[in-house]
Amino acid sequence: MNASVIVFPGSNCDRDIKVALEKVTGRTVRMVWHGDATVPASDLIVLPGGFAYGDYLRTGAMAAHSPIMRDVVAKAKAGTPVLGICNGFQVLTEAGLLPGVLMRNASLKFVCRDVWLKVEQTDTFFTRRYAKGEVVRIPVAHGDGNYFADTATLDALEAENRVVFRYVDAAGEATPEGNPNGSQRNIAGICDAHRRILGMMPHPERLFEPMLGGIDGRKLLESVAEGLVG
Amino acid sequence: MKDAPATITAQTVAEHGLTPDEYQRLLKILGREPSLTELGIFSVMWSEHCSYKSSRYWLRQLPTSGPQVIQGPGENAGVVDLGDGDAAVFKMESHNHPSYIEPYQGAATGVGGIMRDVFTMGARPVANLNALRFGDPDHPKTRHLVAGVVAGIGGYGNCTGVPTVGGETNFDAGYNGNILVNAMCVGLAKADKIFYSAAKGIGLPVVYVGSKTGRDGIHGATMASAEFDDKSEEKRPTVQVGDPFTEKLLIEACLELMASDAIVAIQDMGAAGLTSSTSEMADKGGVGIELDLDHVPQRETGMTAYEMMLSESQERMLMVLKPGREAQAEAIFRKWGLDFAVIGRTTDTGRMIVRHKGKVEADLPVATLANSAPLYERPWLPAVPPKTILPEWVKAPNSMLGALKTIMSGPHGSSRRWIWEQYDHMVMGDTIQRPGGDAAVVRVHGTGKALAMTCDVTPRYVAADPVMGAKQAVVESWRNLIAVGADPLAITDNLNFGNPERPEVMGQFVGTIHGMKDACEALKYPIVSGNVSLYNETNGVAIPPTPAIGGVGLIPDIAKMATLALKAEGDLLVVIGREEGHLGQSLYQLIVAGKLEGAPPPVSLADEIKAGNLVRALIREARVRAVHDVSDGGLLVTIAEMALSGNIGVQLFAYEGKMPVHAAWFGEDQGRYVMEVTPESAESVMERARLLALPARVVGRVGGQALVLKDEASLPLAELRAAHEAWMPTYMGAGLA
Repeated sequence: MNASVIVFPGSNCDRDIKVALEKVTGRTVRMVWHGDATVPASDLIVLPGGFAYGDYLRTGAMAAHSPIMRDVVAKAKAGTPVLGICNGFQVLTEAGLLPGVLMRNASLKFVCRDVWLKVEQTDTFFTRRYAKGEVVRIPVAHGDGNYFADTATLDALEAENRVVFRYVDAAGEATPEGNPNGSQRNIAGICDAHRRILGMMPHPERLFEPMLGGIDGRKLLESVAEGLVG
Repeated sequence: MKDAPATITAQTVAEHGLTPDEYQRLLKILGREPSLTELGIFSVMWSEHCSYKSSRYWLRQLPTSGPQVIQGPGENAGVVDLGDGDAAVFKMESHNHPSYIEPYQGAATGVGGIMRDVFTMGARPVANLNALRFGDPDHPKTRHLVAGVVAGIGGYGNCTGVPTVGGETNFDAGYNGNILVNAMCVGLAKADKIFYSAAKGIGLPVVYVGSKTGRDGIHGATMASAEFDDKSEEKRPTVQVGDPFTEKLLIEACLELMASDAIVAIQDMGAAGLTSSTSEMADKGGVGIELDLDHVPQRETGMTAYEMMLSESQERMLMVLKPGREAQAEAIFRKWGLDFAVIGRTTDTGRMIVRHKGKVEADLPVATLANSAPLYERPWLPAVPPKTILPEWVKAPNSMLGALKTIMSGPHGSSRRWIWEQYDHMVMGDTIQRPGGDAAVVRVHGTGKALAMTCDVTPRYVAADPVMGAKQAVVESWRNLIAVGADPLAITDNLNFGNPERPEVMGQFVGTIHGMKDACEALKYPIVSGNVSLYNETNGVAIPPTPAIGGVGLIPDIAKMATLALKAEGDLLVVIGREEGHLGQSLYQLIVAGKLEGAPPPVSLADEIKAGNLVRALIREARVRAVHDVSDGGLLVTIAEMALSGNIGVQLFAYEGKMPVHAAWFGEDQGRYVMEVTPESAESVMERARLLALPARVVGRVGGQALVLKDEASLPLAELRAAHEAWMPTYMGAGLA
């Protein structure tokens, strides 16, 4: 594995995903400054959580225009796997790599807590170690996680099996109670048509070892590691 | 300077918060009339907020040293040794007045300010906590203030990527006109890489970094040193506006530069901005300082020297660099998109000279400026504590479990989840005990050690008896650290009181100091940093005395840590510690009996030490499966919290001793812990307590999905949880109607 984590001014989960990836894979993860023109040759690019550019203007909007993003977009389109977590998901939508937008939470409040997710797709680069339909517990921490797209886009995402994670309740049902932010159709994470770009609001890097209170995020990291072997 | 003839009138002096006597003192010190800029500078330096003029005399009595202390009070934050070259840096500070006037920005900038105090010392902030006191829930302003303060704390802390891991929140009509927002920050540094504020050396560049200076917050420190009246809302312009994004960049840039050896001294620009930071750095270094305000990065045009010296614009730092290192430092700050400007030099004149547009606007002796603040030994009346009341005098409830539910489902005993779910408490990936336990626990990054942290005080105890109440606040923080398996190291404090010019308020303050001193000395638990906030009153009514204690402890091995969550069916619950059924000033009395009276529960420091040492030893020997200290609400609330956390019920054993049954379940006797133990080890654990002359008994058996007590309807956990979780969201939601 040869992973690069992009560091924007205001990123604050950059170290967390680096530590988690390194602990799970045993490989060193590189940090890449947003002002650079190119991402060194990588087999995984991560856009981390945080508040890039202070979330000013719109979440992810200014980060999407950082110098590095031109190369991230080019490499993503050429097939390099890209993982956007939380703020990284917001950047992916602003950069046009994933459809839709993340709006202010329906509660109008920041929310930090564990949520239940149903893993709906296991044929993506990031979820092969999960069982299809598996219900996992992973935390969210965001003020703008309310996924919105027009009906045609949502229908297309569903038809192409690109809704990877959905918020559910403890019983595994996609109910309003299980939805922490008002997302359309309880969408927590989506992928691109090639299933190599994943944007998700929950933070798998926050629950990957027992000391943190859970390990349900670990399989995502292991899936990535498995995908990069050889 | 001095071209404008004297324009300082008695009214100008009063507007600057100086008394006529203080102005005479200033005239004598200077030997001439001050310029307006100089008057402004002295007025903030002599404000209560900056000078501690009413409290200094008493603060000196507090214990501040110990083998674990690297830096006690007097720097930006305290520093304690964690072993292996690691150090914890921490402090707590109030932002009460601004938060009442403008809750979002007041609370946000409180968080920003305390974080700067910590990273100024070379530490990466790793945890924020807060202690909040609001007025009566029925007061028309309370809901608005809660919403704004919580959003402000979250808005700032979340963006900077520092987890907000703990705190406490109370509601009491005594805070109706004057809420308290006390923010605590804990950071990690290398013990041999701590940065200080003494600007030692002549001819060194004085560097300004961070945000630009604007007209915000001018005289904030003076505002924070006065009582409120009906016109206080007009003081909104004195509240600063925070930018957590810039703070995050400032953290990264400062820590990056600190990894080199370019910095001689560094100080954040907090209260009293440039004035306070320059004079303190120069004074501690024994040097003079010259500033040219033309070079200060400015957000607005046409700012005067007076405004720049007194601005409290946020996210700014002042550094003194080694000569020739300016370019290296500038490159780092530019990379992070921050302003960087050389605005002055250190000199050998011992004077602070401020120039603006070629004119000398202030020329003052540094040592005098930093050290000449008045020191008041204000008259004080000792508080007369009420007499202890007997438990028999407090009426019994219809049912114990019914009273429990009442206590846990109202404003005082309900869950604070609505608050802490708005705080990112997991970022940085080291939070190993989240909010809701006795203490928050955060791993020392990359090690098997952890910091335990807690904020505590029970204001109703302090109001009844300042000496005992302050002692209790200290021991409760100590117990909370013990209960997770930590070695308590030291505390920071935030002493919130009313107007010290009133002898009864000063008496509360003096009593508090005495109580804290006794407890800290006995527990070898020194005070390494802190803040005093006086004049917390509106229209002559003071707040309840509120000395918030922020405790920090070390868990040497995170494999040997305890939580309060019950773990296994069939285990037994053992309570250790003396049981006397003290209901005076208890939550039971307040909520169920409907009135507060009598003395608060007494603290036996000797018993606290015995019980604490035993509990910590049992945790480290893995003899206990869950631990929770007994505090607000007494034994039954303690057990219920353990049950809710572990989602397992308890069959409670009926109390058969001599005191009234409700006193046994709801008395707030100190020095007690409840522990979950296997049936096989219960007897040996109790024997260990008895050998120390500490009473111990079995109070229940773990199992089921309800709290069950003989002769009473059982209380299902789901029902208790729903009631416990409902109050805050329901209360806050009602504001939207």
